[in-house]
Amino acid sequence: MQKALFRKRNSAADSLAAGHGKHSLWKNTRQNKTLLFMCLPAILFFIAFSYIPMPYSYIAFTKFNYIKGIFGSPFVGFKNFAFLFRSGQLTLLLRNTILFNLAFILLGNFFQIAFAILLNEVQSKRFKKIAQSMMFLPYFISPVLVSLLVYNLINYDYGFISSLVRSWGGAMPKLYSQPSAWPFIIVAVNLWQTTGYGTVIYFAAITSIDESMIEAATVDGANGFQRIRYIMLPSLKPTVVILLLFAMGGIIRGNFGLFYNLVGNNSVLFSTTDIIETYVYRALMNNFNFSQGSAVGLFQSVVGFGIVMVANTVVRHIEPDYALF
Amino acid sequence: MKKTNAGKYHHLKLDWSDRTIRGFTYVFVGIFAIVCIIPFWLIVSSSFSDENAIRRTGFALWPPEISLRSYNLILQNPDLLIGSYIVTILLTVIGTLIGLFVISMTGYALQRKDFQLRNKISFFIYFTSLFTAGLVPFYYVIVKIYGLKDSYFAVLLPLLMNPWLIILMKNFVKAIPHEITESGKIDGAGDFTIFYKLIVPSMTPALATIGLFVALGYWNEWYFSSLFLTTIVKYRPLQYHLYNIVNTVASLKNSVASTNVVIQDLPAETLKMATAVLATGPIIFAYPFVQKYFVAGLTVGAVKG
Repeated sequence: MQKALFRKRNSAADSLAAGHGKHSLWKNTRQNKTLLFMCLPAILFFIAFSYIPMPYSYIAFTKFNYIKGIFGSPFVGFKNFAFLFRSGQLTLLLRNTILFNLAFILLGNFFQIAFAILLNEVQSKRFKKIAQSMMFLPYFISPVLVSLLVYNLINYDYGFISSLVRSWGGAMPKLYSQPSAWPFIIVAVNLWQTTGYGTVIYFAAITSIDESMIEAATVDGANGFQRIRYIMLPSLKPTVVILLLFAMGGIIRGNFGLFYNLVGNNSVLFSTTDIIETYVYRALMNNFNFSQGSAVGLFQSVVGFGIVMVANTVVRHIEPDYALF
Repeated sequence: MKKTNAGKYHHLKLDWSDRTIRGFTYVFVGIFAIVCIIPFWLIVSSSFSDENAIRRTGFALWPPEISLRSYNLILQNPDLLIGSYIVTILLTVIGTLIGLFVISMTGYALQRKDFQLRNKISFFIYFTSLFTAGLVPFYYVIVKIYGLKDSYFAVLLPLLMNPWLIILMKNFVKAIPHEITESGKIDGAGDFTIFYKLIVPSMTPALATIGLFVALGYWNEWYFSSLFLTTIVKYRPLQYHLYNIVNTVASLKNSVASTNVVIQDLPAETLKMATAVLATGPIIFAYPFVQKYFVAGLTVGAVKG
């Protein structure tokens, strides 16, 4: 409320100070040319690494030949896209990418909120601090190390879990050749790596809840469950809704590092683990199939862009302050 | 950091639900915290194990037979590991300094209310996270147009900054009172002088947080290396070095090249684990000291993306 008021006053002062129209924009820029120069390195950076590659998406419409270059390669229209649709490849990639993201988003938020609430109930400051540090640690490590940790746990011959299962007389399945197991493994690894991180965000949102509200409820006889149900969860709702919507905006973008390091080139597992990013990477680096790689990439960018726009429109509708633009 | 509200109402009478929640709390949080660090411990324990013992009984929480053979093998021929360390440290230091300078300068300019172009430039930067060219065109431009294949610049440059960090910086700088800029203007200072002399000293927490995000990106880098650095590059960034050791027998063999060990006789499993410990250990030790800056950044970033 206060924030919105403040904002309004600022923008009023803004337009007052700045004047109106194209002419004044030019004048203002000339007055602030130092500020423009200060932005210049970043602008050049994004031109060089983001904008210049964009027109090269044209590769998706060619039968690309690396030696002949882009303009030497024959133009084939939407043939690459048609092939990807007809072969069922694109459908499989989309299905995997979206289902994994849904699992990450829904389970992830559930655990993050649950642990944030639990952490808030912890009385011992030291326990809270140490637990938070331990939970946050997996977020810091590279996916290369993550895959080694997983290998250490579940590889058939020497894995820690494998030997535990055997010492209890069980039979350990050969997980690295069993596609049906990997959705569970990848989701578990993702939760392991991101729960602590998300917990910190939600924990911060909980600690900003007005203390007097919780105290008043307690005095009025609300017990622990009721405080969570009627005060904490409702106060978290805006944060949850916004974070969920933005996560939905990225629903067809995958976490390449995690998938590629866990699965790599183990094609036995691809039916359940191949996502858009890993397919594009292999198309490029292993098969040198630039055309199909860039066709899948372009499809992802365009559809992904549309989804973000929808998500942002919805956010702006619910809470204009949180909209990205 | 805000004060937490927990612990404020412990003087009030606890009923069964409070006690249940509290009991659950310690059990669940405790178990999950342990689950988070056990895999790390397993790597350390495995790296100190005897290879044959591992082949018999598998990785364990405590080495079945302690052996330093893997560490010996790596440290007898530490050339590759040391080279990787130097490459990673150089990339991290240079990249973080340049990145931080550009990000903070841009963040400051973009939050100046009297700079009319700020919204257009913000959107120009932000748009790159909404719509990307995709990997293939990016690869083509870096390799064919810029000619950066097998160059460390192909790793250094793309990691310098991203839109999210610039927005985060903008949000941090917003919290610095505008009066500081005003006072500088009255004294006749130019915008860059104001930024450099007045703003930078008052934004050290922001610089620490964002600097750490950039540094972590470099320290954990393996992706751009795997795209652009082929085998002719001898010294690879640490995590890519580890990636190769984990994934290819040839690299594993190379890492102990001058020691006269037959390939069948290599303690392959414990070598991987020991390399992981040597490549990652230092950052894990630094972790407790830098953690709070990350938390600060996440909380600011979460308020507005």
